[in-house]
Amino acid sequence: MKKRQYSKSAIILSTVVIAVFGVLCLNQKVSAAAEGSITGTVKLSGTPSHVRGIDMSKDPYCAKQHDTPIMMENVVVGSGNGLQNVVLYISEGLTGNEATAVPSDQPTFDQKGCQYIPHVVAMDIDQKFQVISTDQTTHNIHPLRNPMTGNIPWNKSQPPGAPPITSSWTAAEMISVKCNIHPWMHGYFAVVKGPFATSDRNGAYTIHGVPAGSYTVTAWQEDLGTQTQKVSVAGGKPASAEFTFAAK
Amino acid sequence: MPTKSFLQNSLLLSAVAAVAFSLPAQAQVSSVQLQEWLNLPTSTSHIGNVTGNAKAGAPVYRAYCVGCHGELGDGNGEVAQWLEPPISPKPRDFQLGIFKCRSTPTGTLPTDEDLYDTITRGLDRSNMPIWDTFTKVQRADLVAWIKHFSPRWQKQKPGTPIQIPPEPEVTPERVKAGQEVYGKVQCWKCHGVEGNADGPSASTLTDDLGRPIWAYNFTDGSRPKCGNTDRDLYKIFMTGLDGTPMPSFVDNIKADEAWDLVFYLRSLQPHNAYNAKERQISRQLGLKPVAMQ
Repeated sequence: MKKRQYSKSAIILSTVVIAVFGVLCLNQKVSAAAEGSITGTVKLSGTPSHVRGIDMSKDPYCAKQHDTPIMMENVVVGSGNGLQNVVLYISEGLTGNEATAVPSDQPTFDQKGCQYIPHVVAMDIDQKFQVISTDQTTHNIHPLRNPMTGNIPWNKSQPPGAPPITSSWTAAEMISVKCNIHPWMHGYFAVVKGPFATSDRNGAYTIHGVPAGSYTVTAWQEDLGTQTQKVSVAGGKPASAEFTFAAK
Repeated sequence: MPTKSFLQNSLLLSAVAAVAFSLPAQAQVSSVQLQEWLNLPTSTSHIGNVTGNAKAGAPVYRAYCVGCHGELGDGNGEVAQWLEPPISPKPRDFQLGIFKCRSTPTGTLPTDEDLYDTITRGLDRSNMPIWDTFTKVQRADLVAWIKHFSPRWQKQKPGTPIQIPPEPEVTPERVKAGQEVYGKVQCWKCHGVEGNADGPSASTLTDDLGRPIWAYNFTDGSRPKCGNTDRDLYKIFMTGLDGTPMPSFVDNIKADEAWDLVFYLRSLQPHNAYNAKERQISRQLGLKPVAMQ
């Protein structure tokens, strides 16, 4: 009997030790998470061939919003051949809290001048986002996701003055979004797991909140596909990863 | 003896495994689908006090539905290749778990009753016939069988049906107000200013799989895909027809306005069993087509 009691208390003690140690470890990860980052530039080599102007004449309201016809946004190149709207995220190597923490800010997907602004909105799994419309014409927001991923499909209208739609996605997926009323309107909800960034008009990006460790970074561009790179982040320092996509 | 039975067992097991793995593999199913097939479907459906059961639905499905919807429920039956949208829409792919006719909000699964009603009613302007020749139990069994094709039913529950307040009396004010809703939320963008499906966006419409699709023409005497009672019309625009360009308007049309819109839509239809009053009011008011704002 005595022996048994002894072993019982040993189990309890070791459980407590493991729990405390675990909590300490987790805390360390959380504090480290704010420090490291991965930064770089995404560029395009060659000339994009599929970009053309958009004819909005089917809806006079839309056409009136633009003095010069706007271009398709499937490939957007800025100064120094920087490639915009590329989503960069960590596809391998995340282990702790940073993989499951969901950002509390809500990215916005605006329908303005019968365009999606931004064209690509990146977000974490379960992160809330808002769809708003500043247009005086009716849009429908129709995410075309792969039903097998677990994301639930929907198709909602936003007439002029409609309230924002707040929603989120449950699985990582690059979800193409369209408006059936204005067939040229096309964008993406880029749903990824863990820290991410979207390249700006010069192709520059920074993924914040990356703890020290070795990772695979994936760069995704809607027409040009994906590229990956191995990156090592040392505590507190920015690591760099440069990407170049070849124009199709 | 023990060795013999062990041998027998393992032989039997490998034979079962070989059959189980080779059959669905030939038909190129996903791993999720493979699991569905290996687990004999035991799902049920409940329509009022009738309980349907999937195993009983299977032979009915194989006899009557498989030609279009396919053995695997993927909408790729033998006949499917000859259907050419938008004139003949392709058969529903049950694996996706996305359905047009629902009483539930967009993005949710339909109720068993919704699927049952679709089987009973058929889908006008498509090759889906009216199946009211089946008994109630057969239809309930089919619903249970259809549900086993999509993993969505394992993970999610049907949505909560939208609330439909009692139908008010049709009045000239309501028909007029309904026309204002039609103009305001811009139904005409696809359905046209006179409801004859010639709106500016009508010609470019595609379904979720990129196939051309038509907006409903209120004036050609056909029935709306998801039913032609006043409540059906109410449900159609409030919940939207998932998988098609028709979005849900439940966030943007109030319940009272929705009835107004139903009455106006009725007035656009040619004479039928439901719309004598609305058509009379429309004539008396001398309603002109809405303006493209």
